[in-house]
Amino acid sequence: MKKFFVITLLAVLGFYLASTFCYMPFGENRMGAPVDEQTVGAYYLNQTAEVSQVSNVITAIVVNYRGFDTLGEVTVLFLASAGLASILYRRKEEDEEEVERLNQPSSSLLQTGSKFLFPLVVLLGIYVFIHGHLTPGGGFQGGAIIATGFLLMLIAYKKYHVSHGMLTWVESLAGILFVTIGIWGLVTGGTFLENSFLPKGTLNSLISGGAIPIIYIAVGFKVAAELTGVLDILLNTKDPIKK
Amino acid sequence: MPVEYQNILTISVYGSSLALILIGLYAVLIKKHLIKIVIGMSLVDAGLHLLFVAIGYIKGGTSPIFSPGYEDKANAMVDPVPQALVLTAIVIGFAVTAVALSLVIRLHKHHGTANIDEIKSLKW
Repeated sequence: MKKFFVITLLAVLGFYLASTFCYMPFGENRMGAPVDEQTVGAYYLNQTAEVSQVSNVITAIVVNYRGFDTLGEVTVLFLASAGLASILYRRKEEDEEEVERLNQPSSSLLQTGSKFLFPLVVLLGIYVFIHGHLTPGGGFQGGAIIATGFLLMLIAYKKYHVSHGMLTWVESLAGILFVTIGIWGLVTGGTFLENSFLPKGTLNSLISGGAIPIIYIAVGFKVAAELTGVLDILLNTKDPIKK
Repeated sequence: MPVEYQNILTISVYGSSLALILIGLYAVLIKKHLIKIVIGMSLVDAGLHLLFVAIGYIKGGTSPIFSPGYEDKANAMVDPVPQALVLTAIVIGFAVTAVALSLVIRLHKHHGTANIDEIKSLKW
């Protein structure tokens, strides 16, 4: 009976959503003609290359135009990892036996392969967030790639532990760097995260865009540390089935 | 681009995002297992992200990156704002999923089950 009501509800919802979609044809240009600077998207497309010398417009939006929003986003990630740690926190006397993550040790093929792949994955992540202002990708994507490298090691090795002290240091320093750049912009340029105190360089070169690559590198380190911390906490939680 | 092809593209992209949203809502409302409910929330997330990027798409547009050779192609680029918003939304979705999973682990540890019908203290 409940299923019937839910399906009816979803059918009504789906019908109205679908009829809304009929009013916005796929692939239609909703920005207006970009030369007229009618919409926010057209403005960003026209301004980014000249003003901030960043070739990836999405990076410019995320780090420069909406930089304060990104600071909040990184804070949400930090809160998620802190909340996860406090929810899953257990005292030593609660369960004293060693955490049993896997019932069987992984095969030597997986262990050797992940030991070989781990530096390459981390290198790819660093490449992605250093080139965040030139190519698709950026701090969040690069950080997620680095965290997958740590996930590989955590899955392959039973006893692998990430040092939480180091993660906290990396995370704090990256956050402090982000806020420092913001305040520096406030002092020199007049607004928080104003991108005016570093030379802009030329479009499509590695050192370009002023403070944008530095901020994205800081975001990359912060996201990598936070995601690795989340994975480590989730994997090291004692399996509640085996009480 | 012929009209039929355009229609098929519209229906497939919007339809798959709509299907993801509805399947996710169905899982949240019907399923009894907490992990499946979290998966349903992630499915709604995925459908919304697909819908956002699809709304920002412009026919024949390239990605909004001024790579060499595309420095003056600002007229032929898709809308960058939905993509930046989706980048934010993915991160927030990750945070929500992580906290929800940790709550599921806590509930499972406390009650010994992840079935919401068997967790009696939730009922009033």
